[in-house]
Amino acid sequence: MATGTTAVGTAGGALDGLPPSPAVWCSGLRKRYGRRTAVDDVSFSVGRGEVVGLLGPNGAGKTSVIKMLLGLVRPDAGEVLLLGRPSSDPRSRSAVGYLPELFRYQPWLTAAEVLDLHVKLSRVDVPAEERRECLALVGLAERTGDRVGGFSKGMQQRLGLAVALVGRPELVVLDEPTSALDPLGRVDVRDIVLALRARGVAVLLNSHLIGEVERVCDRVVILDRGRVAASGTLSELLGQHEVRLRLGDVDPRVEERLRATGTLTRSGDWFTVALAAEDDGVTVPDLVRDLVGLGVRVHAVEPVRISLEERLLAVLRHEEPAP
Amino acid sequence: MIVLTVAGLTLREAFRRKVVWALLVLTVVLLALSGWGFSRLIGLDTELGTLTSGEARLVASMLINLIMFGFSLIAAIGTAFLAGPTLAGEVESGQALAVLARPVRRSSVLLGKWLGLLTFGCGYVVLAGLAQLLVVRGVVGYWPPSPAAGLALLGAETIVLLTLALLLSSVISPMASGIVAVGLFGATWVAGVVGGIGGALGNEGVERVGSVSRVLLPTDGLWRGAMNAFQDPGALIQMGPEGGFPFLADAPLTPAYLAWAAVWIAVILGLTALSFQRRDV
Repeated sequence: MATGTTAVGTAGGALDGLPPSPAVWCSGLRKRYGRRTAVDDVSFSVGRGEVVGLLGPNGAGKTSVIKMLLGLVRPDAGEVLLLGRPSSDPRSRSAVGYLPELFRYQPWLTAAEVLDLHVKLSRVDVPAEERRECLALVGLAERTGDRVGGFSKGMQQRLGLAVALVGRPELVVLDEPTSALDPLGRVDVRDIVLALRARGVAVLLNSHLIGEVERVCDRVVILDRGRVAASGTLSELLGQHEVRLRLGDVDPRVEERLRATGTLTRSGDWFTVALAAEDDGVTVPDLVRDLVGLGVRVHAVEPVRISLEERLLAVLRHEEPAP
Repeated sequence: MIVLTVAGLTLREAFRRKVVWALLVLTVVLLALSGWGFSRLIGLDTELGTLTSGEARLVASMLINLIMFGFSLIAAIGTAFLAGPTLAGEVESGQALAVLARPVRRSSVLLGKWLGLLTFGCGYVVLAGLAQLLVVRGVVGYWPPSPAAGLALLGAETIVLLTLALLLSSVISPMASGIVAVGLFGATWVAGVVGGIGGALGNEGVERVGSVSRVLLPTDGLWRGAMNAFQDPGALIQMGPEGGFPFLADAPLTPAYLAWAAVWIAVILGLTALSFQRRDV
C-alpha cells in the first residue's frame, strides 16, 4: 500500500513511489465443474481507476472468473486480491459494487428498501438523499416506492446498477450490465462507467457489446475456453494495422514476398497483410516496389485499421498469435 | 449486525409474502372450531351416559394434545417450506449473488436466516398454542399443569425441524428439502407411535424403534415432552401408563434428552454453515 505523505522526507522513502494496490489482482485461477474445465490459469489485474473489459464467447469462463474474484465461487487453485485484501476476507468486498449477470432482487421489497438493505450489508453510512440520487441516476426516481416484483427486466437491471453503485465503491464489477436494456439504457450505462472512471473508480466490465467495451475500456482481457487468449491496452490490441492490396498476375514468389511482410489472407484478387504495430514508414512502399519488381499489376493499396471486433474474432479463431 | 439485518429481512419476507396473514386466518378458524368442539364435550351423550364436567376436562386434556399436534404440524410445515426456498431458492434465483458479494460472512447470513425463521416459527407456535389453551380454559375450565414448558418444547420442536430443513436446503433443491424435512418429521412421529405400541405389547425390539428415531431426529421426543406438560396427570392413570395412546406421554423429558436436542441443533446448524460456506453460488 502506498503511504504517500507519511514517508516523505524519510531516508527510505521507498514506499513513496509505490502505486496503490490494484483494484483487482488475480493469479493462476482455475476452476473445474465435474470433468469440464471452466477456467484455466487466468491471471490479470485491474488498476485503480482503470476500466477493464472482459471479452470472450459464451462459455469462455467470464462469469466464473468474476464470481471467483468476488468469493462467490471457490477457485480450485489461484489467488485473488481485491483492493489489496485476499478475497477470502469478506472485508475485501467492503468497497466493491457488483451487478450480477443474473440480476434478481427481493421481489417483496421496494426499490428504496433494496438499496437500504445493501447499504446496511456494506456497512457504509450513505444518507437517504444520496440513495435517492443513486436511484435517479439509473432512471428509477419515480419508482422508489414500488415493489421490485412488479419491475420489468430492464428496470430490475437498472436497480441492480443502483445497488452496485450505492455503497461508494472503489471497484465496480458489471457482468453484462446492458443485457436487458434498451438503446437509451445502454447509453446511460456507458455514461455511468465513464463517470466512474472520471471519479477514479475501477470498473471491470463483462459485455458482449464490443462497441461499448471499445468506447469505455482502457484495457481488454480476452478469454477463450477458460484461458486468457489476449490482453492489453486498446492501443496495444488495435495498434496493429493492415494493408489491403488488389493485385493481378500473382505467382507463388509474390505470395512469399507478401508473407514475409506479415500474416496474409486472400480473397480473390484482394490480399490483406497484417503489419507490425509500429509503422516504420518504409514497409508498405518497399513492399509495393518489390511487388512491381516481381511483375505484379498493383490495382489498389488501402490502409486498414482493425476494429476490436475483428481483433477479437481473429484471436478467437486463432488466426494470429496473441500478444 | 449482519445477523440481525438478515433475520429482520427473513421476518419481513414472511409478512410481505402474506405467510403470516394466511396462518392467522387458518389459526383463527381452527381456534373457533376447537372452541365450538370443546363446548359440545360438556353434556355430551355417550354410551356410558352424559359426560360430567370433570370427565370433559379429562377428555379435553387429551384433545388439547391433538390440537397442539395440529399447530406444531402447521408450524413445522410452514417453517420447513419457508426454510427450503431461503437458501437453495435464493441461490437458484440469483438473489443470493448480490447479497453474498457484500462484505458479509456466509455464516452470518445463515445465522440470520435461522434466527428469523426461529422467531417466526416459535412465535407462531407459542401464540397459537397459548390462544388454544385460553380457549379450552374458557370453555371447559381445563388448564394444563405446565403450559410454559409445553409451549417452549413445541417451540424447540419447530427449531429442530427448521434447522433440518435449512441443512437440506443447502444441499438439495428447495422443494425437495421441504418435502424431505416434513416427511422425516412424519416418519419420526409414526416411529414414536410404533414404539409406543411396542411398549404396550411388551416387545422391546419394536419399542426401540421409537427410542432410536427420537435420538436421530428429536422432534418426536420434544413433542412427547410437550404433551406431558399439557396433559392432565389423571389421564395417564385412567388410560394406564402402558396404554400406547399416541396423544398421551408417559414421562416428562430428562435433562439429558434436552441437552441432546440442543447439541443436535448446534451440530446440524454447524454442518449447514460448512456446506453453505463451500457452496458455489
